This record gives sequence, structure tokens and C-alpha cells, in this order.
Amino acid sequence: MVLALILILVALGSVLFHFLSPWWWTPIASNWNYIDDTIIITFWITGTVFVAVILFMAYCVMKFRHKEGQRANYEPENKKLEWWLTGLTTIGVIGMLAPGLFVWNQYVSVPEDADVVEVMGQQWQWSYRYPGADGKLGTSDTRLIDSDNPFGVNPNDPNGQDDILVQGDDLHLPVDRPVKMLLRSVDVLHDFYVPHFRAKMDLVPGMVTYFWLTPTRTGAFDILCAELCGTGHHVMRGIVVVDDSGAFDEWISEQSTFAELAARARDKKENLADNRPGNEPLGSEKPGNRQTEKISLILDEDNWKPIR
Amino acid sequence: MTDIAPTDAVYVPPAEVEDTELHDPQSFITKYIWSQDHKVIAIQYSVTALAIGMVALVLSWLIRLQLGFPETFSFIDEAAYYQFVTMHGMIMVIYLLTALFLGGFGNYLIPLMVGARDMVFPYLNMVSFWVYLLAVLVLVASFFAPGGPTGAGWTLYPPQSILSGTPGQESGIVLMLVSLVIFIVAFTMGGLNYVTTALQGRTRGMTLMRLPLSVWGIVIASILGLLAFPALFVGAIMMLFDKVLGTSFFMPTIFELGEQLEYGGGSPLLFQHLFWFFGHPEVYIVALPAFGIVSDLLATHARKSIFGYRMMVWAILAIGGLSFIVWAHHMFVSGMNPYFGFFFATTTLIIAVPTAIKVYNWVLTLWQGDIHLTLPMLFSIGFIVTFVNGGITGLFLGNVVVDVPLSDTMFVVAHFHMVMGVAPIMVVFGAIYHWYPLITGRMLDETLGKFHFWVTFLGAYLIYFPMHYLGFIGVPRRYYELGETGFIPESAASLNAFITVAALVVGFSQLVFLYNLLHSLFKGRISEQNPWKSASLEWQTPQKPPVHGNWGPSLPVVYRWAYEYSPPGTGRDYVPQNLPPDQVDAPHTSGPLPSGAGPLGTGQVAGTMEAEK
Repeated sequence: MVLALILILVALGSVLFHFLSPWWWTPIASNWNYIDDTIIITFWITGTVFVAVILFMAYCVMKFRHKEGQRANYEPENKKLEWWLTGLTTIGVIGMLAPGLFVWNQYVSVPEDADVVEVMGQQWQWSYRYPGADGKLGTSDTRLIDSDNPFGVNPNDPNGQDDILVQGDDLHLPVDRPVKMLLRSVDVLHDFYVPHFRAKMDLVPGMVTYFWLTPTRTGAFDILCAELCGTGHHVMRGIVVVDDSGAFDEWISEQSTFAELAARARDKKENLADNRPGNEPLGSEKPGNRQTEKISLILDEDNWKPIR
Repeated sequence: MTDIAPTDAVYVPPAEVEDTELHDPQSFITKYIWSQDHKVIAIQYSVTALAIGMVALVLSWLIRLQLGFPETFSFIDEAAYYQFVTMHGMIMVIYLLTALFLGGFGNYLIPLMVGARDMVFPYLNMVSFWVYLLAVLVLVASFFAPGGPTGAGWTLYPPQSILSGTPGQESGIVLMLVSLVIFIVAFTMGGLNYVTTALQGRTRGMTLMRLPLSVWGIVIASILGLLAFPALFVGAIMMLFDKVLGTSFFMPTIFELGEQLEYGGGSPLLFQHLFWFFGHPEVYIVALPAFGIVSDLLATHARKSIFGYRMMVWAILAIGGLSFIVWAHHMFVSGMNPYFGFFFATTTLIIAVPTAIKVYNWVLTLWQGDIHLTLPMLFSIGFIVTFVNGGITGLFLGNVVVDVPLSDTMFVVAHFHMVMGVAPIMVVFGAIYHWYPLITGRMLDETLGKFHFWVTFLGAYLIYFPMHYLGFIGVPRRYYELGETGFIPESAASLNAFITVAALVVGFSQLVFLYNLLHSLFKGRISEQNPWKSASLEWQTPQKPPVHGNWGPSLPVVYRWAYEYSPPGTGRDYVPQNLPPDQVDAPHTSGPLPSGAGPLGTGQVAGTMEAEK
């Protein structure tokens, strides 16, 4: 009896928890509400099965609890019942898989008119590159990366000259415009995850991966790295700011291009009387930035060296 | 096909081979240390697995302390945290669950349940344990090696697993990979034994379809292991080469922490495919023995044959086969070709169908049963609740686009703990309460057991059910601390603290269980010969606990399946597998059932023949 009551409590308690708890997904800021809808369908189908199975068990435990003189029924199998249950389960599975695959098809089909933005990930920060006025990103190579060329943009590719490079600052996206996020890592696996957008994808060194979305409301949203990338994984954060188009155009016009940054680096080198040691910490163009300080902390030997 | 009527005239095939000559140990060392007896080896495996499992349990407390109360425990820094997370996961999945289900339960039960005197390769069996122990020792050595153990996550993804920025670079990762290679050698030796014994060592009359589901579960899991572990083996060797020899199997061009590295041309995704080609069957290597064992526990303690035995066998086979074509559901957001998502989501949701059938059959076994709420039954019911919950959240994750926001969040952590941690562990406990009297001749204390059950079942549910919702919010996994975000509510921190407290309480109740195990060994109530009135063969040995050679002068002969409970047409409550058909209706005594019902299940005195409904 106690067991049956507890089983009922577990089933109903779980349902109540689902509807009453304050912990639910963050309000969506992209076009991927179909993902949320598929999750709701899944909850209804699986939730029904969960509650039904547990309540049925509670009933059995109450009704067929051992008593004096009781004897179990002898029913090794019941083909008809088993085939019915198999059929119903298959229908339930199709009911979840069909909408899921439909939305997945949308997820892998990037709209032709989508803008392109590159996210570059490295231990432990995010940087961004926009195609600039010509609408094309220049080619890049990890082997070209050094302190003067932190993005590894190919200096011989004319398309790359007007690429807009953003380091140590927020990612900006214009609202209501589909955008294909090109993802590139220069060291280890990372994952560009903005919970408000729902969409995400791993960054894999040696490959360019992607996903696409359309931001649907303005605001500032957290970027969280979602693939273990070392001891700084949990502080590899950023902010994506969704602007309306006026604010976005204004912001982007203030950013520097690859050509401008390369010229500045050349000037700095020529104006130096003595040599500076190379390989300044990445992101050092904007000193005092909170993320930069965090990163220096992590690069500091004592903080990330594993304990003995 | 299953023989249903106990009085059917039964064809018993003649013996094809002579009885086995067993190794006959004389000294203490050869009987209990360098032993070739499957029962001793099973205990050795189990004790070792539980011991290293306790280490992993303590690591879980440290993880939860950091997550529940960040910035409180200064000795848990980032590197240590990732080392704890990695070693906890690796130990639990491989060194505890796999070793315990196959090396522990498989070794003890298979020869007894098939009617053999021992495994078909007893010497190889002995060696397999000592190689497993060596793997555990190498793993433990990594805790003490310079730089400590690896902190790359139990999945050991390259490139970061062998690069600076991840703890364990000096030697931890190398020792981890070497330990895995040694484990796989041990497992292969064991796996060959389990499969060959089940196929070739069965006694007369024991057809495949008369085997208990415990054997089916463990044997199919062993086949899965023999086919899947090689993928991990080669992945580990290739990663070792990348680390030690500087090859680039998995290493592309890398500019790391200010330096161009010497690697190039390799593919991190190749490792993921190899790892998960192993990794997904691995979770079924843990789950299938649990499925098989829980079927036997439910049938015995509900005095009712497992519902749909034939479908249960087919379901185990289907799940085992399908488990090889779902692996990339662990890689939906890995950057692999997105069109693979369609295929793997489909196969993953297909595998839900035979799994659901098994769930229905378990609960239908309870329907119209005669349910004794013994500890094995309680744990079996706990298994069904937590497995249904965990399996259902798997359907969320398997549906590729739903996995996109949920992968690498606490939703995944909650899912796999519920379905692989809590549910199979419920079966482990139920199985130990069930077979302890056979192994030791004594019963475990029931009061301590009830405490253990309720705290573990309800506590584990309270830990992992709410955790899913942290994943829905977007809290990532493998985060040392959450810190400040713009959208995660303060209450999430309170939930984390609550989960930690629950985890510590559940952890404490495992210590109570350990005390029960040890104390009952000396002071437990002496059990009767077949306290649960089980029909399967392992309870029918002439001596209990079974001695070396198991069966005395002659092997048993089997006349029926393992689930002849409450059969109609006789007054009996159960019919053991090896009871000759002409003795089924003879007068008999079989002692009182634990709950006080009479031997015929009717309160009647032994010797009367009236069958009652």
C-alpha cells in the first residue's frame, strides 16, 4: 500500500514539478521555436506513457500484493496484446520522429539569402569576422596565425582585406535577418551555444562547421562554450547583441578591417626602437576588457597547471 | 519453443560429451587466490569493481560539493574538478558497471544457470581477472602520477585530451589509455568464456529457449563487447601514438595558447566515430544484463512467469543488433555531415520499440501476479520507474533537432545517470539481495535493506529528475562553476545545492549497504536452501552455497524453461527446471515462503495434493 502510494506520488509529483517549477527554457530569441514545439509534442507523448506505466504498476502492486491463499495467474504470453502494444508504440515513435525530422530538414537547409558571419574559437575566447563590404570572407589558415594576424586571414586573398575583425568584444547581429554562422576553431573542440537561440554546433579544428538562425528580437544574450575545451571551458563566454538594422550598421562601421589592423601592426613594428617579445596575449588590443583579464588569468601558469 | 505444460512428455537429448575434468585445487592459494573456479573469480571481480566504484562514488561527492557550493572548497580547483569528472565517469562506466555485470554476475551465474561445472576455459577465466586487476592498478596509478590523472572528460576527445590546457598531460592520459587497453584484453578473455560456455556448456535438456533471461542478457552483452571494444582499442592506440610518437591520427593543424604545434592533417571526428561506435554498444553492455536479471527477479518474486519470454529474447537480440547503428546520436552537433542526422535519429527512435516492449512485459509480469514485496522486488520496481524515466529522456535526445539545444547541457547528464547509473544500479542491488543467500548461505538484513532501498530510490530520483530542468534552462555540463549569466535564475543555484545534499544522503546510504554486506557475512540469518523458491537452475545445486564442480557426481538434466511459477493443473507454487516430469505432482515439502504463505501458496500443509486457483 505504501509502495503504491509512493509510486503514485512519484508519477504525479513529476508532472506537477514540470508545470510548477521555475526552471524552464529561457524565452526564445530566434526562429527555432519549432524545436520548442517538437519538445512539447515529445513531452505529451512520453509523459503519457510514463504516467500510465507507473500508475499501472501502482495498481498491480496494490491489487496483486501477496495475500494468504492468493495464486498468480499463469499467462506466459499473449501475442495479440504484445502486437497491439508494439503497434501503438511505433505510432508514438513516428509521432515524435516525423516532426523532429521535418524541423531538422529546416535546420540543415540554409536560406540562400542568409548573411555570413564567422565565429572563431580558441582557448578560451570567442572572436568574430564579418565579410565586409564585398560580402565575402577571405580565406584563412591556422598556419598563418601569429600576433600580427590573430585570425590567420590570408593576406594574399583580396576578399579578406575588407573583412571586419572583432576581438575582445561582443558579437553583433541584425534582427530579423537569417545568418549562417561559420564556425572555425584553431586549437581544440568548442561549441558555440546561445541558449536563447536554441541552435548550436561544435567548432572542430581542421574543419569549418556551421548552423543558421534568424534572430527575432533585440537584446543581449549569453554565449556559452558547450564542448569541453580544457580548464577554461567554463569561462569561455561572450555576449551576442541583436540590434535593429540602424544600430547594427552603425556598430559595424566603427569596427576595423583586416587591412586596417594589419597596417596598424606594421606601423607599430616600424615605430619601435627596440624589439618587443612577440606573442602578446590574444585580445590585447583592448586592454582592461573583462574577458581579456580573465584570459590572462587562465593563461597564467599557476592557475591552470594541474595539481600534483 | 517454450514448454508450457509441466507434464508434457519431454525429449531429453543424450549426453554428447563426457563430463568435464575440473582443475582440483588443494591449497588456500589455489582455492581462493589463483583460483580457476568461476564462483571465486566472480567474487574477485565483484569486490574489485565495488572497491574502485567506491572511489568513483567519493569523486562524485567532490563534484557535487563544487557544483552545489561553488567558491567554498578551495582544494577543488578547475584542474582537479575536471580530473574528478573524468575519472568518476570512466570508473563507473567501464571499471564498475561493465566489470560487475559481466565479470561479476556473468561469471557467477552463467555456469550455474546453464548447468555446467565451470566456464569452458577456466584458466583463461582466471587470467582475465588478474589482467582486469592490472588495468585497475594502472588506472589508480594515474592518480599518483606527475600531473595527476587526465581531466579530458571520460570521452577523452582529442585534440584537447593530449594537449596542454587539459590536466593530465605529463602522464595521466597515457596511463588512462594504457589501462583501457589492458582492460579490453581482460574483457576479451572473459567475453569469450561467457559466450562459449553459454553456447557449448549447457547441460542436457537446456535448450537456448529454456535459458533464463539473465543468461541471454549477459551473453548478448558479451557479444556486443567482443565486437565493440576493438573500436575503442584502436582509438586508444592511435591516440597513444599521437601523444607519445607525435603522429596526427586525430590532430589537425593547431595553434594553441600562442604556439603553432607540430601536428597536422588528422581528424578529431575520426576519434569520435571510433569512440562512439564502441560507446553506444557499451551502454547496452551495461543495460542488457540488467534487463535480463530484472526479468528473473520480477518473475521469482511475483511467482509468475516472465510475460512474453520469447518476445523478451527477440527484444534483447534486436536491441543488441540495433545498438551498432545508432552511435552517431552522440555526435549530432559534432560537425559531422548533417545528413547523417536523419539516419541516426531514425535508428535511435526505432530502438525504442523493442525497449518499450520489454517495459510492457515487465509490468505485465506483475499483472495478476502474487507479488512478494521483498527487497529484490522493491529494487526491481525501482528499476522500472527510473528506467522508464531515463529511457524517455533518451527519446528527446535521439530526435536530432531536439538534441541541438539539449546536448552538452545538464539534461544529458541527468539522462545518462538516470538510465545508466540509477536504473542498472537498482538491478545490481536487487540482484545482490537476491543471490546473497546462494553465495554466502546467509540473508542480508532486511531493515537495513529497506532503508537502503527507500533512500537510494527516492534520493536518486530527487537528484536526477530536477537536473533535467537545469538542462532546459541551458546550464552546460562539465562546467566548473556557472558564475554570472544574464539569464539563469538565482534559484538554479539553490537547486544545485539541493541536489548536492540529496547526493550526499544517497551516498551515505551506500555505506549502510556496505556495512550490511559485511556484517551479514558473519551475523546474517542463516538462509534456507532456496529461500525465494526460484525455479532456475542455479538454486538447484546439491549443496548451497555451491561447491567446486557445482553439481556433485552427475550433471543436472533440464525438462522445462526457467519460469514455471504457479502452473495450472498442479498444486505447486513453482517447478524447478531439473525436476523430472513424473515428480511434478508427487507430495513434497519445500518449506515456508518468506512471507509466511504455505509451500503450495495456499497455506496448506505439505503433502496434500489439492490444486487451488
